[in-house]
Amino acid sequence: MNPVINSNIAVSVRNISKHFGGGKELVKALDGVSIDISDNEFFTLLGPSGCGKTTLLRLIAGFELSTVGEIFLYDEEIENLPPHKRSINTVFQHYALFPHMTVEENVGFGLRMLNRDPTEIKRRSMETLELVKMDQFANRKPVQLSGGQQQRIALARALAPEPKVLLLDEPLSALDLKLRQAMRMELKNLQRETGITFIFVTHDQEEALTMSDRIAVMSAGKIQQVGGPMDIYERPINRFVADFIGDSNFLQAKIESVLDNQANCLLSDNFSICTSLVGTHPTGSTVTLAIRPEKIKLNDESTLRGDIQETVYLGTDTNYIIKLNDSTTITVRDQNGVTGDARYSKGQSVGLHIPDSSVRMLAD
Amino acid sequence: MAKKKIYKIGDYPGLTGWTVFFFAYLYMPMIVLVVYSFNESRRAQIWKGFSLDWYVKAFSNDDIQSAALNSLIVAVIATVFATVISTLAALALARGRQFRGQAAVTGLISLPLVVPEIATAVATLSFFAVIGFKLGLVSIIIAHTVFCIPFAFLPIRARLQGMDDAYEQAASDLYANDWQTFRYVTLPLMMPGVVAGAMLAFIISIDDFIITLMVSGAGSTTLPLYIYGMIRQGITPEVNVISTVMLVLSIIFITVYWFVSKKAEETG
Repeated sequence: MNPVINSNIAVSVRNISKHFGGGKELVKALDGVSIDISDNEFFTLLGPSGCGKTTLLRLIAGFELSTVGEIFLYDEEIENLPPHKRSINTVFQHYALFPHMTVEENVGFGLRMLNRDPTEIKRRSMETLELVKMDQFANRKPVQLSGGQQQRIALARALAPEPKVLLLDEPLSALDLKLRQAMRMELKNLQRETGITFIFVTHDQEEALTMSDRIAVMSAGKIQQVGGPMDIYERPINRFVADFIGDSNFLQAKIESVLDNQANCLLSDNFSICTSLVGTHPTGSTVTLAIRPEKIKLNDESTLRGDIQETVYLGTDTNYIIKLNDSTTITVRDQNGVTGDARYSKGQSVGLHIPDSSVRMLAD
Repeated sequence: MAKKKIYKIGDYPGLTGWTVFFFAYLYMPMIVLVVYSFNESRRAQIWKGFSLDWYVKAFSNDDIQSAALNSLIVAVIATVFATVISTLAALALARGRQFRGQAAVTGLISLPLVVPEIATAVATLSFFAVIGFKLGLVSIIIAHTVFCIPFAFLPIRARLQGMDDAYEQAASDLYANDWQTFRYVTLPLMMPGVVAGAMLAFIISIDDFIITLMVSGAGSTTLPLYIYGMIRQGITPEVNVISTVMLVLSIIFITVYWFVSKKAEETG
């Protein structure tokens, strides 16, 4: 048993690895993953397909067994419990609503299996259907509903038994854009109203940034970074995170000097940038700096100069692909003027101002 | 410029004629059989007038009654056994743990479909002879159960394989134990396949001749055996009547089978 009692942790994943196959075909879907997910948190597992996020979710639900490691649900080890003995419910990617049952029977299924009183099942089912605004569809069959409506029923079905943790496996991916955006707000509100810990799996960074309290960025079976949406976006720890979340420019720079953990780095045209030292880079070494395209200002007085190679109109903004004098290319995203015109044109020589605070040194 | 003509199979001359001929060839004998079952004449080949006499006669014939009863007993029992066994086999193969030679096992279950029936018949007869099993209704039921299994197995397995196992995962996620998951989710969802398999098995059993002939004993005559016995004394309207009844039964079964599969498509 775990000696440390900390009921603020809803789900604790400790050093979990999951291997599929064996020998030469061994696939490490998860490779030594540890995370603590707090009570009442909207926690997102974000990563490209094949990064292990769905495997981790299936391990927490109990559909798969880990190769090594432990999983705790409010300090109780659950690794050896079958799915039906875990107070965790799942919203499946394709909903998996029982086609031979009505909406109400679907929503009441969990409570029925828990042997609750029929009047309580009825009351709780209708209550949950009201919560997702689907109470008028109680007697329909799932095939008679649209994708968005099925999504709500799947949510209601998983919420009705009041689980300790709700798992959501890319539940919005089958919906169209407008519906998806509306559902984000609703999911976030549902999580606040119910006070249930949500663990949400997605490959959509925008979904992750808009809904989550915290995000774990995953790649190749490992957790790359865990943090709040702003942490992840503004302070990516490595190249993968900086590249996967939003757009980034990666510039090679040389560390000139280090003072109080602030590194002075030189770019093209001897343009100097002062930023916090990350990792163990010695003075004189070359490091990678990540800079968001929208944080660079075009400004003719700057000593850092380049020629505009390409302009890409994006509606609200224009992307300028600029070639610096040391022939690295950099993308700058600049808001268009009130008339909608791009402020610069192809072939023009411009100065670039990179604020020190917008630069992030990468550990790798 | 002349437009290029796209040839369709429907454009070829004489297609309608050939189609009519094809269907006539297929169904004419059966239509004649049904029509002549209403013939008044004692000689089956000469039409004398419409009459239901032969139906009355056939239905009140004790031998026909007992043969029909035998056929029904055999078909019902063999269908129940074959369907239960096939359902278990399909569940084990589609939902159980993967094992080496899984494809081979699936193949072996379906293999009797392509083994010549006469070979199965002779083999079954010699088997019963070797172990000293008394031929009669029980031996027929055992033999029918065996050859009905692949027919029942195929639709059940097809249904299970087409079923997403996410439904069962969802059930266990919602606190259903293994038995409850089977009872409330797997079984209702696979039911159309089970019903289809059972009906196929029933038709195959009620209609079987060669194997039944080999393994039947005294007093265990089934309807097809009885018809064969009658034909040897010439085709009487009575034979036409029994054949017509069996034909109608089969059509009813196929129709129900079709509706069940259609419903399965809608819910699955």
